[in-house]
Amino acid sequence: MNMIQALNSAMDVTMDRDPDVVAFGEDSGYFGGVFRVTANLQKKYGLDRCFDTPINEAAIVAMAIGMAARGLKPVAEIQFADYIFPGLDQIVSELSRIRYRSAGQFTVPVTIRTPCGGGIRGGQTHSMSPEAFFTHIPGVQVVMPSNPYDAKGLLISAIESPDPVIFFEPKRLYNGPFEGHSGGALSSWGKHPKGEVPEEHYTVPLGKAEVVREGHDVTILAYGTLVLVAQAAAEKAGVDAEVIDLKTLAPYDIETIARSVNKTGRCIVSQEAPRTSGFAAELAAQVQEECFYALEAPIQRVTGWDTPYPHAHEWSYFPGPERFIHAMNAVLEA
Amino acid sequence: MAHDEPRFHVPAPHVRPGDTPDFSHLDLQPAGEAKRPDPSVDGMETRDLALGLIGVLDHNHQAVGDWNPELEPDVLREGLRHMMLTRAYDDRMLKLQRQGKMSFYMKSTGEEAVAVAAAMALDKGDMVFPSYRQQGILFARGRDIVDMMCHCISNSRDNLKGRQLPVHYTWAEGNFFSISGNLATQFPQAVGYAMACQYKGDNQIAASWIGEGSTAEGDFHGALVLASTYKAPAILNVVNNQWAISTFHGIASGEAPTFALKGLGYGLASLRIDGNDFLAVYAATKWAAERARKGHGATVIESFTYRADAHSTSDDPSGYRPKGENETWPLGDPIARLKNHLIGLGEWDEERHTALEKELNELVIASYKEAETHGTLHDGPLSPVNSIFEDVYAEQDWRLRRQRQDLGV
Repeated sequence: MNMIQALNSAMDVTMDRDPDVVAFGEDSGYFGGVFRVTANLQKKYGLDRCFDTPINEAAIVAMAIGMAARGLKPVAEIQFADYIFPGLDQIVSELSRIRYRSAGQFTVPVTIRTPCGGGIRGGQTHSMSPEAFFTHIPGVQVVMPSNPYDAKGLLISAIESPDPVIFFEPKRLYNGPFEGHSGGALSSWGKHPKGEVPEEHYTVPLGKAEVVREGHDVTILAYGTLVLVAQAAAEKAGVDAEVIDLKTLAPYDIETIARSVNKTGRCIVSQEAPRTSGFAAELAAQVQEECFYALEAPIQRVTGWDTPYPHAHEWSYFPGPERFIHAMNAVLEA
Repeated sequence: MAHDEPRFHVPAPHVRPGDTPDFSHLDLQPAGEAKRPDPSVDGMETRDLALGLIGVLDHNHQAVGDWNPELEPDVLREGLRHMMLTRAYDDRMLKLQRQGKMSFYMKSTGEEAVAVAAAMALDKGDMVFPSYRQQGILFARGRDIVDMMCHCISNSRDNLKGRQLPVHYTWAEGNFFSISGNLATQFPQAVGYAMACQYKGDNQIAASWIGEGSTAEGDFHGALVLASTYKAPAILNVVNNQWAISTFHGIASGEAPTFALKGLGYGLASLRIDGNDFLAVYAATKWAAERARKGHGATVIESFTYRADAHSTSDDPSGYRPKGENETWPLGDPIARLKNHLIGLGEWDEERHTALEKELNELVIASYKEAETHGTLHDGPLSPVNSIFEDVYAEQDWRLRRQRQDLGV
């Protein structure tokens, strides 16, 4: 399966098992979403289980909150992560705090799915990676998978979680793995081991990272599209790098991270988003708190630039393999 | 430097502090005049009701017209008691706040009917998504007064563990949703809740309240779009108490003659009612609830009322509106009007009223004494400090566990 099919399958199996799971969003119903993640769900489960919404992200999130308070498990789609901001008040002030401010009398287990990231010529309004904003909100969990197998297992975990989840889908990975080279033929998930996705129900746990490439010289922390880019860069540079796929950003898996950095003594943190105050900064801060005496070099950051995501110069913005190689050289030379 | 003439239009009330209160510009439809259509009526057929004013109690305190809900005297007395208790509670809590017993308070003086009559007209199983000025719902639904006070003074028995500002109640057992301080957010949530009620196939509906000032928020628009699109069984109340802190209603209404009329733009049944008329609020809520339960969709109800006191204990209305304006409000006081109606029916008298006032004041004073035995904000006991790390998530992850240890709890 590609990632779209895997996500669709996650929704299919949860909707099949639990009649309280409902899916909705702009163009999500009859048409099945602009990226087809909810394709055929309306046909299979009915108009009231997968439906189109008005173009109002605040109302979409609020509707999900109300439904969840009444016992449903809503899976709301925000068509692009760049469009999530009109719904931010409902996420920051409401969704994330209902359990807390009601002292557990009401809970709202909502999943918000949204495609993020660049690499599809989306320009500044269809390329953002705004995950850091959401990791700053107590009460929500933040997830970003890097392959179809994890996407399905993580989405099922998110839907079944008792707490809200903001589920970012790196849309550059929807149709195939991507190693950061803009040119050349598009590869397919069909030939990738993580493209082998079981039809049935399974979960990938929230809050757990995975060492996707073992190594001894440097630890690279990545999530989403950059997991594959980091691995490819390590191969290309011939560096014995350990690459960790974080999968969940809030709460992130500090144990797996610290174990690796204490072993390698060097660390690169990475994100596609702009550099300043990004999630990588949190990782760098925590790594130095945990592993300061094991570190043999300053932590390096691989990120996008502090600019909006450009259209024509997309590939000059995207933190591709060269930027990883540069960081590996810097951290290994130090 | 200020220009003599503004270069663009900025609405302003026609009287300000120092002026004589004046509501002569209001053209209010007399009680009993508005027709009561069947609750299944097409939303667009409610235009006259959105522009008019549904009232039942006339100047002689008699119940008149189509909308008279013809309630039994016992029900009227119950309503009177809930409203009087709401007022006694508010008055007492204000005094206690002034004595430093709590950080903040918000009264609902003059707006008791909006909450109490609506709550009595709804089923107790209906979910309410109130704003911060509908404490009358809690009294009508029988919440324990000591519990309410324990919340307001954030003590060890506060059911919200000291996390919320006073009056931002939650009471799941009474189907009373968590009150937000962010305005209008509850409006579209109530619609989502109502949709889920339909999905579950039960007879439950949802009702929400916001102020007229908050109709300017996007969430008001979002709620009405959702309610109209999905024909949700919801009642969307706009409490037009004329003032959003210091800002008069015209800053939100613009050129729209009523707030109810905004509902018509979405094809929703829309009513403007006399919010100080217990019977009108009751009748309109019953009508909207029947409409919702029978699958005819949501209703927007503008309760035309007046915020007789300050916005909150942090506000002083003498800075922006004439003194004594509340006494000249042409629709009177909701408690006095229901009292006079009952007296006119021969079902109440001044002696009983005075005795009830005394009884409720004593109840409130005794309740507060009891509440204080569970602690006060200043002297404790409060909920345990480690409770600040609870309920962020179902389970505490490593971040919260470590931070709790950092705090030493």
